[in-house]
Amino acid sequence: MASLSRRKLLGGLGTGAGAIAAAGLAPIRFEAEAAPVPAKKRQWAMVIDMRRCDGCKECTVACQEAHHLPKSFEWIKVHKLQNRRGQEFFMPQPCMQCENPPCLRVCPVAATFRDAEGIVLVDQDRCIGCRMCMAACPYGARYFNDVEPPAFANPFGRPPTPQFPVPQQKGTVGKCMLCVHFTGEGKLPACVEACAMYALYIGDLVADVATNGKETVRLSKFLNDNDAFRYKEELNTGPHVYYIAGHGQDLGY
Amino acid sequence: MDRRAHERYVELAMRNIGKTGPLWWLVAGILAVLVAAGLFAYGYQIQRGHSVTGVSYTIFWGFYIVNFVFFIGISYGGAITSAILRLTNAKWRAPITRLAEGTALVTLLVGSASVIVDVARPDRILNLFLYAQVGSPITWDWIAINTYLVGTIIFFYLPLIPDLGVCRDTYGPAVRGLRGWAYRTLSLGWRGTPEQERALLGGIGIMAVLIIPLAIAVHSVLAWLFAVTAQGGWHSTIFAPLFVLAAMLSGVATVILVIAGFRKVYGLEEFITAKHFRYLSYLLLALGAGYIYFMVSEYLTEGYVQAAETAPVLQALFVGNYAPGFWAFVLGGLVLPLALVARSGPHLVARTCVASILVAGGMWFKRYLIILIPGMSGPLMPWELYKPTWVELAITIGAAAAIPLGLMVLFFFFPVMSVHEMEEVEGAPEPLRPGLTPAFAGGDE
Repeated sequence: MASLSRRKLLGGLGTGAGAIAAAGLAPIRFEAEAAPVPAKKRQWAMVIDMRRCDGCKECTVACQEAHHLPKSFEWIKVHKLQNRRGQEFFMPQPCMQCENPPCLRVCPVAATFRDAEGIVLVDQDRCIGCRMCMAACPYGARYFNDVEPPAFANPFGRPPTPQFPVPQQKGTVGKCMLCVHFTGEGKLPACVEACAMYALYIGDLVADVATNGKETVRLSKFLNDNDAFRYKEELNTGPHVYYIAGHGQDLGY
Repeated sequence: MDRRAHERYVELAMRNIGKTGPLWWLVAGILAVLVAAGLFAYGYQIQRGHSVTGVSYTIFWGFYIVNFVFFIGISYGGAITSAILRLTNAKWRAPITRLAEGTALVTLLVGSASVIVDVARPDRILNLFLYAQVGSPITWDWIAINTYLVGTIIFFYLPLIPDLGVCRDTYGPAVRGLRGWAYRTLSLGWRGTPEQERALLGGIGIMAVLIIPLAIAVHSVLAWLFAVTAQGGWHSTIFAPLFVLAAMLSGVATVILVIAGFRKVYGLEEFITAKHFRYLSYLLLALGAGYIYFMVSEYLTEGYVQAAETAPVLQALFVGNYAPGFWAFVLGGLVLPLALVARSGPHLVARTCVASILVAGGMWFKRYLIILIPGMSGPLMPWELYKPTWVELAITIGAAAAIPLGLMVLFFFFPVMSVHEMEEVEGAPEPLRPGLTPAFAGGDE
């Protein structure tokens, strides 16, 4: 009995070590190029083409309306930045839907979780409002509901869920969840729908397809052809949001 | 110690038990009003939510987390002072261990309350137990702090048992009600038999050893709360030892102030002498020098590279918005107090106390700087600045006032100096020969 359990243990260790070695040796590549895991139905992703963004913030406003957020809550935030020559450009920034989300690991009550389709969700019925996730998020993507959200008569008559956290609960933390309540019904996320410049794409890494509502692209080819990068790649958070530069800005920051 | 001195010691240790005077009520009343104001502010915050604090939708942490780290740190200083003095068998420790352990206990309770104040949904606090996720530093935190709380209570209680027996025998049936019952029950039938003495000393010895790794664990976990994030200025391997040292430094400073206060008000000058302040100031000096070393090591290695994450934090500290505060801390909270205690000369007690006030205040402010700035200086996201509101100020002042109030209440019930400890120290045979006695352990004044 003892030898059996020891063998089991050693076998387990061997597998673990192998997995770690494989992960360490594997070349860095875009998730879109990686072989999809068959069990997964979809892996949501977003592409943000900064060449097209004109900083109008229609995405931010549409998001706030769709989720009944206060005006200060920018689940998709449009940063106004400058390249090295001092020219302005804009960088819309939603939640990165990390594969390895720092916010998820630090939650003491496991209120943040990642669903089977790669979306990081918050169970606001469980959140205790410690804001540790906000400290851990390298992207500042999370917002603390310090105030009651604007008065809202729920027209759908459905209670808030992690997938449809409307209205937000005071004293908890909320964030972008790529509008899974829309995408699940075959609609575009509010920000993608609202973008008049067609700078935002919603896509699926498994089906390898993405759309901005006007054109549909083959995701992996689109990313490769345009030298897409991910924000703070060096942190190994594995964002599911890809950026396309093109204004001479520094890549990969 | 002859019989007369011993009787005097016992008298001084016990004479304020159960006694209140106009001064006691005045001080306790003022402190109680401050604590009540803090409680009122907390009630206001519960009613209105965190929007009444400086914390907002993007500024996630503020005064409460600073207070949490600061008060728990003080607790650590109290516990470690007592534990180190016991383990090194410092003979001069007897009159001050009780005060140090009491400080540890009271500040730990205040520190734990500070973090509960920070939780935005205190109605769900049980979720921490129901859905505990072991990977979270906050889970490590509450496990460590609760363990440490139990340890601190035991560490305070064990040496108190013989003194409770003394209280029981001294006051006897004269004290009725809760206090008499508490003395009778809590003294656990202490008679001072050799068997009891042996068991007690064994227990205290184990706790004195245990409390050190426990306290280090607690403060390391507190540091990891910050260091496991990717934020520049927090994500540093030196954070845990730096926090431990900062905790000891601020804790020893506070213990010095507590000892000075009770010495003055309770008239304990005969037994808590300048010698005690000199030895404690040595401790302060050593810890302060260590802290400067750790801090220089941190800022040199990070500042030399100027990585994208840390550069804005260091700039804000050294030359930016927070530079006046930071340099004021370095000079006023470290250099000046250490200079004050480093030189010998007159007014030793006063100098040590001023240095302790500067160190304790400076360490609170340093915590404020290192907790607030990295949280507000993301490379892309210059959030608006954190500004504490009256709610946070009232709760902070109330928490600070709760410490002397708690100590006054504590020493309303229990002897302010350990009677048994003195008997143990004085009664023990003298193993050290003159000439071999280190001045630090023996006492030469």
